[in-house]
Amino acid sequence: MSFNIYDFTSFTKSIDEGLMAVMSPFWAVTIEMILIGVAILAFYAVVGLYLVYAERKICAFMQCRIGPNRVGPYGFFQTIADLIKLLLKELIPIKNADKLLFNIAPFIVIIASFMAIAAIPFAKGLHAMDFNIGVFYVMAVSSLGVIGVLIAGWSSNNKYSLIGAMRSGAQIVSYELSVGLSLITVVILAGTLQFSAIVEGQATGWFIFKGHIPAVIAFLVFLVASTAETNRGPFDLAEAESELTAGFHTEYSGIKFAFFFLAEYMNMFIVASIAATVFLGGWMPFHIGGWEAFNHIMDFIPPFIWYIGKTAFVIFLMMWFKWTFPRLRIDQLLTLEWKYLLPINLFNIILMAFIVLMGWHF
Amino acid sequence: MNMEEANIQSLIEEQEFTINMGPQHPSTHGVLRLILKLQGEMVREVKPQLGYIHRGIEKMCEKMTYQQIIHLTDRLDYFSAHILNEAVCLNVERALEIEVPDRVKYVRTILDELNRLASHQLWWCAYGMDLGALTTFFYGLRDREKILDIFEETCGARLLFSFNVPGGLMYDIHPNFQKRIKEFIKYFRKKLPEYDALLTGNPIMQERTIGIGYISKEDAINYGLTGPPGRASGFSCDVRAHQPYSAYPFVKFNEALFTEGDTFHRYKVRIAEMWESMSIIEQLVDNIPEGDYSVKMKPVIKLPEGEYYQRVEAARGEFGVYIVSDGNKTPFRMKFRSPNFCNLAPLHILSIDQKIADLVAISGSLDFVIPDMDR
Repeated sequence: MSFNIYDFTSFTKSIDEGLMAVMSPFWAVTIEMILIGVAILAFYAVVGLYLVYAERKICAFMQCRIGPNRVGPYGFFQTIADLIKLLLKELIPIKNADKLLFNIAPFIVIIASFMAIAAIPFAKGLHAMDFNIGVFYVMAVSSLGVIGVLIAGWSSNNKYSLIGAMRSGAQIVSYELSVGLSLITVVILAGTLQFSAIVEGQATGWFIFKGHIPAVIAFLVFLVASTAETNRGPFDLAEAESELTAGFHTEYSGIKFAFFFLAEYMNMFIVASIAATVFLGGWMPFHIGGWEAFNHIMDFIPPFIWYIGKTAFVIFLMMWFKWTFPRLRIDQLLTLEWKYLLPINLFNIILMAFIVLMGWHF
Repeated sequence: MNMEEANIQSLIEEQEFTINMGPQHPSTHGVLRLILKLQGEMVREVKPQLGYIHRGIEKMCEKMTYQQIIHLTDRLDYFSAHILNEAVCLNVERALEIEVPDRVKYVRTILDELNRLASHQLWWCAYGMDLGALTTFFYGLRDREKILDIFEETCGARLLFSFNVPGGLMYDIHPNFQKRIKEFIKYFRKKLPEYDALLTGNPIMQERTIGIGYISKEDAINYGLTGPPGRASGFSCDVRAHQPYSAYPFVKFNEALFTEGDTFHRYKVRIAEMWESMSIIEQLVDNIPEGDYSVKMKPVIKLPEGEYYQRVEAARGEFGVYIVSDGNKTPFRMKFRSPNFCNLAPLHILSIDQKIADLVAISGSLDFVIPDMDR
């Protein structure tokens, strides 16, 4: 078994061959699936917890505070302690709530984000499912989460929750368009929907640099729209604390609330990953076409580090928005999408198609 | 038809549903309860309900001596406690025809303005929170802490000061008083532009507030809107300028006046007042005259028979103290004119046919302190 930090292909292949050698293909695939499932689940939990920690530290930094600093060095285990607290908390049963839907909603939200994470390439060869329609799949799966939010708001039998859920529905359905269209802009440039091929296509330069102005516009639109799609500030109308107390998850407690909380952070991680993969080259190091020596130096940094670095950068941008801007009003939110982002996006696609047709991209 | 059936009826027929905003709600700043009728996101009816923190303070005052009453006024608008204390003291002093030393007047005015600054800072934090900008909260509190430290050094308390007594102050100022205040003013002159950079100039904030919650000058006067909300509508109602008390006759300041009357200008009035407060303090702090910090008073104060009224400019508007005395050591009747109660009155014209988010922005700009409405 050969382990290479720059290329996981041979590593994963050797596991596959090893399993195939000792058992029937059916059991080998089953065990592989379980292994991948456990690995993703563990990754999911760790990333979720540390994104919460990162957000608390970053917002503390922006608010002249220190942030968590009691549990472990620099409060490093604070979120783990919080998780244990949430696990042990009582789940308050709600009178007159729709029990089935009420209990199912957090799972739908978390499963949607869980499914999306499977299609993201973390490094070369470290990729659970490499569909030929990867971008489409992630778009489709990540929009399932809104169903969970709507169900949560409806089944809580609370008017504030219902308003929050309706806002969330309007918001996500609208911003889904912009997210999709801005990704399509890059798909036109890449010529494929497959994530691995998109990343490979950026070996000579990231798409945000290769695609001229339309790629930059698409990146900015994607950043705004995906912030809105993940229900984060300044677009956190669904849970607008000062208006709706906590919006759709007002009535949830304990671990069910933690599911919503975790899913929110994981959605942020997923959109940041997609932004990093599609616009900033994913795990691909920073390459400039023709500069062989420079490219070679960049290759020394492992792909996984590149991927995490880029994702962290996008996540930091999104946290920066949240801790700086006031919240938009619902009509302003929809105006922004339908009157500004959508026309810009449609125009941008035509521009990109034109540039690709004329071969003006790098 | 019972209440629930009526609600269902209105939901089906008019597509309206009723929700209770409060008494426990993050943006009503206390136990204010607003009964809202909503049509989707639009607010069609606002009914404020008070009574959740009624303590009968005016009635309690009838059984208390004037020295004791001061401690109750703290508990009205606790963010301008010093100013409210002063209102009672001024009223008692005027009734007894006592002239307090200039030193007392100067110190009282400086503390008034510091109190106003602290109050406006806290309002600014909370207003950012109402609009969803969470970072403002810590910026405002960071600076407010410095003022509270000055208060703590001066009188030992950080929120409910009770530093004024009829006839002067409870004790003399701390030797560091002037130094600390000058340091603070120097510090805060640098920090106040940060407030503008973070919130005032933000396009989302301006979109959310400009033109929202308009009230005309006529309506403002009719509803008795005073303080920053009144002045944002062009109603010149600053008691400090029109009926100066304490050391206000000795200082020059501009009354912050706007005519737009919307949420954004209620915001601007308060920012402008912070600048003015700093300039007032700067004019006074170097010139505090030497002298006694209090007039020798009898331990039992008996006001001559009659009616006395004194108004002061609290951080949220005009605060009035009305005393009816029958010559005893306790007042026969006591009445407070609290700015917040009157500022709540026009909420329904301000926020009707606006969105829920606007209602929050509007009620935040009126800056409610519920224990002051509900005495």
